[in-house]
Amino acid sequence: MSDFTKYTISIYTENNVGLLNRISAIFLKRHIDFISFSTSQSEIPDVFRFIIVVNMTESGVRKIVQQIEKQIDVIRAFYHTDEETIFQESALYKVKSSSLFEERQIQNMIKDSHANIVTVSPEFFVIEKTGFRDEIEALREALAPHGLLQFVRSGRISISKEKMGISEILNTFNHKIKTK
Amino acid sequence: MKNKETSSISGAEAVIRSLLEEGVDLIYGYPGGAIMPIYDELYKYSDSLSHILTRHEQGATHAAQGYARTSGKVGVAMATSGPGATNLVTGIADAQIDSTPMVCITGQVASHLLGSDAFQETDIIGISTPVTKWNYQITKASEIPVIMAKAFYIARSGRPGPVLIDITKDAQFELLDYTYEKCKGVRSYAPIPTLDTAQVEAAAEIINKAQKPMIIWGQGVILGEAEEEFKTFVETSGIPATWTILGLSALPTKHPLNFGMVGMHGNYGPNVLTNQCDVLIAIGMRFDDRVTGNLETYAKQAKVVHIEIDPAEISKNVKADFPVLGNCKESLSQLTVLVKHKAYNQWKQRFTDHMKIEIEEVIKGDTLPTKEGLTMGEVIIGINKYTKGDAVIVSDVGQHQMIACRYAEFVQSKSNVTSGGLGTMGFALPAAIGAKMGAPDREVLAVIGDGGYQMTIQELGTIFQNKTAVKIVVLNNDYLGMVRQWQQLFFDKRYASTEMTNPDFVTIAKGYHIDAQRVTKREELDQAIKTMIASDQPYFLEVCVEKEANVFPMIPTGASVSDIRLK
Repeated sequence: MSDFTKYTISIYTENNVGLLNRISAIFLKRHIDFISFSTSQSEIPDVFRFIIVVNMTESGVRKIVQQIEKQIDVIRAFYHTDEETIFQESALYKVKSSSLFEERQIQNMIKDSHANIVTVSPEFFVIEKTGFRDEIEALREALAPHGLLQFVRSGRISISKEKMGISEILNTFNHKIKTK
Repeated sequence: MKNKETSSISGAEAVIRSLLEEGVDLIYGYPGGAIMPIYDELYKYSDSLSHILTRHEQGATHAAQGYARTSGKVGVAMATSGPGATNLVTGIADAQIDSTPMVCITGQVASHLLGSDAFQETDIIGISTPVTKWNYQITKASEIPVIMAKAFYIARSGRPGPVLIDITKDAQFELLDYTYEKCKGVRSYAPIPTLDTAQVEAAAEIINKAQKPMIIWGQGVILGEAEEEFKTFVETSGIPATWTILGLSALPTKHPLNFGMVGMHGNYGPNVLTNQCDVLIAIGMRFDDRVTGNLETYAKQAKVVHIEIDPAEISKNVKADFPVLGNCKESLSQLTVLVKHKAYNQWKQRFTDHMKIEIEEVIKGDTLPTKEGLTMGEVIIGINKYTKGDAVIVSDVGQHQMIACRYAEFVQSKSNVTSGGLGTMGFALPAAIGAKMGAPDREVLAVIGDGGYQMTIQELGTIFQNKTAVKIVVLNNDYLGMVRQWQQLFFDKRYASTEMTNPDFVTIAKGYHIDAQRVTKREELDQAIKTMIASDQPYFLEVCVEKEANVFPMIPTGASVSDIRLK
């Protein structure tokens, strides 16, 4: 199992309701779990982007990406190692307000970990932290003894260092259709 | 050209007019509540669009598949929501894995009821997603022309496959301003990769260096309508060619460079020599596990050239040293210009030597039996005698299928219709109906086992009602023969639930007013086949064959192609 590596799969798609099901079915069929999953609008209007993190062999992830690209509503799919991408995760931490005022170290923790306070109410306050998984986890572990009321972490969001060239693909298509 | 005429019509009528725009004149289906508006329009358009009522929705999909496979056109199947839709799933999965162009149209509950567990509501989009090339749910009539055009475009382009369109009942009733424009492209979908000349040149270079090259061709040759280009390539290069089960019939059986079938029950030489060739040229095939046996020991000595339309197949199972992406019709033409002719006499002799062994060890016993019991092989040989190889053979799944593919002779393409990838028992009878309608001037024979026959036997009703002149040959051994063979070889003859107590098949056929005959003795066989072929009506022939015969050669699961067993 030593040749398993963490890969970030980026998928550019049409905005189609059935697509999430279609993409997850490709993983389900091969018994592969996501480490994380997120989806959003991309830099191109009406084009969506999925970011999926998996732990796989290079050959496995290549085949998965080929199968994803084969789907009609997928424009392009890519896979990258951590070194080839800029990536972050986001997390929210809900803590009792009393801790903030009574325990001085919490304020230091927030400062040291470059986290932000999003909101403060008489009962609770919410901290936001964006960064790498281990940093987010470190803050969670640090806050835990002080009564963490809720914790949630997002899936990875990631930008590749290499060019994706999606606009070029779409422009080439538009050109072809016009000349048909 | 855009059709400028618009008119306000119902969604249901738009479905029918879209089908006509796509050149559809025949559909298979089964009506029900949620698709009644479309059936009502079918009634009005019955002069231009025929509807064949099958006896089960599964039959509609297999008939549409058979039609697509012999005609080269898109097969169309239609069903209502709920159970109607779910009954299509096996045929859709079969079409997906065997790359058959098919459009399925299902009715759906009205859009305001979606998600309410309404009567006959099922999430057919969710259910069919993993087994369709594309699917879509229409909830507004205005979407119908665009989506129908896209459905047909996707089903037939590139590597073909099944598309399912689910239409809510309210969208069928709703009015729209109808105008139809054929789909010219989908921006996220490149059906045919652009051929890279450098890939063709690299492939030609390695092929020209080869001493012991071998071709394995698959259905891609047929789907790409590249039979002529393929034959020219084979003859120009002089390279021995072998086929996968779905590639069968693309090159005539008696072509001097056709050396037989690869795979689990393929010919001895092609399998053994796969592990001895120096260049393996795969054309429009996907290295299915039934072809390769154990991948760890598959053609490791060979450089692999893979000519393929689907990028996802490149290095999926077998690493392609020289991929050539594109439509094989085009890539083979280019490759032919660059390859040099060689005789490969010594190398071809190896195939011939292996065939001599196979004839002695297997084929003689299968086709010229000396024992009392009839063999499946002699039935197929008997059929060849009267069809002269110019028939469409539709086979089901199991021993009879392997025997039919091993021994049936073919002189023209699109003549072998079988369920290859999915191995769907029950495929043949309904597929034969479609195959006959897709090629009405050709003789169509369905060769089926007693097990598979009873999975879709109700389609005799469709044959009777439409007077579809298919010839049905049931090779009856009162067993699920292939499973029994495995039980014998790998499970110490523990015949768990494989023996069948069968009904009187002749009486059943006669109940549908189909001429029928049963053969139990060798001396009756020839005349029975002659009578069947001479008939211009549907005909049923049951041949009671040896109960415990096995199909050889055989590559046991997990074994290497070179460890193929002759007994």
